[in-house]
Amino acid sequence: MIIPQALDPVTALKQAMPDAVEDVREYGGDITIVVKPDHLQAVSQYLRDTSGLVYNFLSDVSAVDYYPDYNRPGRFGVSYHILSLLYKRRLRVKVYLPEEAPSVATVTTIWPGANWLEREIADMMGIDFVGHPDLRRLLMPDDWQGHPHRRDYPLGYETVMFSFNADEIMKHKPHATD
Amino acid sequence: MGIISSKLGNLGVVTTTLDQAINWGRTGAMWPLLFGLACCAIEYMSTQASNYDLSRFGMELNRASPRQADLLIVSGRLTRKMAPVVRQLYDQMAAPKWVIAMGDCASCGGVYNNYAIVQGADEIIPVDVYVAGCPPRPEQLLHGILTLHEKIKGESIRDWAAPVETIRV
Repeated sequence: MIIPQALDPVTALKQAMPDAVEDVREYGGDITIVVKPDHLQAVSQYLRDTSGLVYNFLSDVSAVDYYPDYNRPGRFGVSYHILSLLYKRRLRVKVYLPEEAPSVATVTTIWPGANWLEREIADMMGIDFVGHPDLRRLLMPDDWQGHPHRRDYPLGYETVMFSFNADEIMKHKPHATD
Repeated sequence: MGIISSKLGNLGVVTTTLDQAINWGRTGAMWPLLFGLACCAIEYMSTQASNYDLSRFGMELNRASPRQADLLIVSGRLTRKMAPVVRQLYDQMAAPKWVIAMGDCASCGGVYNNYAIVQGADEIIPVDVYVAGCPPRPEQLLHGILTLHEKIKGESIRDWAAPVETIRV
């Protein structure tokens, strides 16, 4: 079986879609390509379908919240960690999303395994994935308000109970008796 | 003499023997519900395995259906998403039924004090025995089960309609 020659993803992408790539970073052997959110689906399709690149496995989709002080192009960053099973190499595609109404196109049409990964991010960070077939909450109950992994979400839940405030806390704590 | 005592309301020797028989039957083979949430479930499984045998208490088989189970051992973190499910399982269990909150997370929320974990299973269901530990060793869980047996042996048919006080291990 003849395997086509592997291409360098950065140069190939810059040649094919020069206006999609915003930035390229490299750290410790990992290459990150920062892409404009509008071009994400086109870039993903290109990376998966071009012979010589063949990034056919989506390892992970992760999101990060840079609140409160961030010197980045947006409050949220979503990273797509993709792997080429043929050429055995990894790549990270990153998009930055603004604070108000963060939304990006879904990649479930390209890598179907992104279904639950994007659902988790939508649940925890409140990022809308346009075109996702089933964007329900995944980890929290269906009627939960708020997005817990955002940096402005309150951290604890119950006041820490010591002996001096135990009675006060137990007054307000629900207790099942039947 | 028995007939005179029954007219006075105290059924005497007959009641005591009946209480003992009923409680012996209840503690002899208390079938737990096949229910394990997190790490405490692993310790519960090892309690049920051959070294710390639960079969000597008649608890070797877990009933998958709550209708057939007597004991609900909440073993592990109870998340907010799981809480209505546990309540439904508890409601489906037929009386007499008991609950053991195994481990710190089921007793009080454990190390977790956040949006996801219910701060103690007793917010959702009434608990009879709390077993502390993270996770409790099989010996601790056995102590908790035996404490529950002691509690049941102290019950009487006179109290069947009244609530019974919980015991903390």
